[in-house]
Amino acid sequence: MSILVIAEHDNAALKASTLNTVAAAQKIGGEIHVLVAGSGCATVAAAAAKVAGVAKVKLADAAHYADQTAENVAALVVANAAGYTHILAPATGAGKNMLPRVAALLDVAQISEITAVDSPDTFVRPTYAGNAMATVKSSDAVKVITVRTTGFDAVASEGGNAAVESLSAAADTGLTKVTGREIAKSARPELAAAKVIVSGGRGMGSGEKYHALLEPLADKLNAALGASRAAVDAGFVPNDYQVGQTGKIVAPQLYFAIGISGAIQHLAGMKDSKVIVAINKDPDAPIFQVADYGLVADLFQAVPELVAELG
Amino acid sequence: MKILVPVKRVVDYNVKVRVKADGTGVDLANVKMSMNPFDEIAIEEAVRLREAGIATEVIAVSCGVTACQETLRTAMAIGADRAILVESDVDLQPLAVAKLIKAVAEKEQPQMVIFGKQAIDDDANQTGQMFAALMGWSQATFASKVVVANGMATVTREIDGGAEIVEFKLPCVITTDLRLNEPRYATLPNIMKAKKKQLDNFKPADLGVDVTPRLTTLKVTEPPKRGAGVKVADVKELVAKLKNEAKVI
Repeated sequence: MSILVIAEHDNAALKASTLNTVAAAQKIGGEIHVLVAGSGCATVAAAAAKVAGVAKVKLADAAHYADQTAENVAALVVANAAGYTHILAPATGAGKNMLPRVAALLDVAQISEITAVDSPDTFVRPTYAGNAMATVKSSDAVKVITVRTTGFDAVASEGGNAAVESLSAAADTGLTKVTGREIAKSARPELAAAKVIVSGGRGMGSGEKYHALLEPLADKLNAALGASRAAVDAGFVPNDYQVGQTGKIVAPQLYFAIGISGAIQHLAGMKDSKVIVAINKDPDAPIFQVADYGLVADLFQAVPELVAELG
Repeated sequence: MKILVPVKRVVDYNVKVRVKADGTGVDLANVKMSMNPFDEIAIEEAVRLREAGIATEVIAVSCGVTACQETLRTAMAIGADRAILVESDVDLQPLAVAKLIKAVAEKEQPQMVIFGKQAIDDDANQTGQMFAALMGWSQATFASKVVVANGMATVTREIDGGAEIVEFKLPCVITTDLRLNEPRYATLPNIMKAKKKQLDNFKPADLGVDVTPRLTTLKVTEPPKRGAGVKVADVKELVAKLKNEAKVI
């Protein structure tokens, strides 16, 4: 068996989600190659070559991969798919955007967001917002898979010594053009990779109160800030803060759910966290059913107290 | 221009599904079914484009069992002009649906197809991208803003850590994210009107599409349960527990 992992990167650095995806590839078993498609991304290929367990890195460096559009990257992957039994990408925004195109062009199914590998053709994936875990078997010759990063512990980023091989670029499809990116600049860790996450819900009352209360707490804990869908819908924070079925799936060491009732769709995004703390004034809120530590209190008093207590 | 909007009939988002005791799936008997919420956003966006004079016709299409007619009537009550049901009792997986929509698109020649980004039952998030690839079209997934002018679309899409703006020529595929719009409620007069709108019916065989499933579900289980922990009396106790018991701070 031979597995191709599509690297996630920003032309400068290899993203941690690639390490979780390589870990899933190791569970399948076989020779693991990593494809780096980008522009001016030799440092990414060098980083990928050091990842434990990687046998070969394939680098496609061309101007039309600078923005890694789904159309161009999928065409490249399909052009280089021969010989691989499995093609994997992390189930991140980028992977989810691109990989179904690969599956369709190869005329195979995609298996989305696997959380476990049963055998080389059988995988476990969550459905219904994580309320039902389905074990599915693929009958296709090539398995095209996105990997839920929280399901697999990252492999070491050092220790490997793979050769880097250059690939010739596929033709530019000339389809989508990226004309702008607004990446929120933040000194905080990334939501998907943070060890501690402080999330607020509708109970925060407003965007101003959300920031005024939760930022000092996040500062103290070096935490990422998250939110429930209700808080996003209410306009307190942008959508990229959203944790849940339709937002990000996270599994930090410590998760604070503050003013969050605990709708199914939110729990789907955070219930694999190691330790969950809930602060809510409603003692019957469903969030308390999954919280390791629950505090029934008015968050407007409890959060500042918590910040003070943390010193 | 015509806009095609695929819609899926799914378990209502308020329903907490239960896994069947025999592990063959989830219990769908007597469960409320509704239109996939992301598809409602897709219909709303298409109707707004028609109301703005950019689109001329909005066609809703659903692939699945006979009861999907109800979902299509809902789409027409929101404002779709007519509807197409591709009727099948087979478990239609994303690749099969993408191929069926392609066959419909070849008949109808839309300039834009707006999908919901994912269905809340199988959570696959594939069909729009697969259809775009089969057609060789541009795609803008997870859209939060769509502007169409002079045969070009400019779409703001949600990406990890922020937003991205993409541009392309039509025809194209757009998949909807939550913040794109807030779908209107179907009013009673519009629900009545929707009953009289045209609804055509095809079978996958009529469209020449093989819909044989590629994935077999071997079993479905409950996720591992997370037990409730303890309630703490105050902030002091909470911090002490986090420090000494959980050792996470």
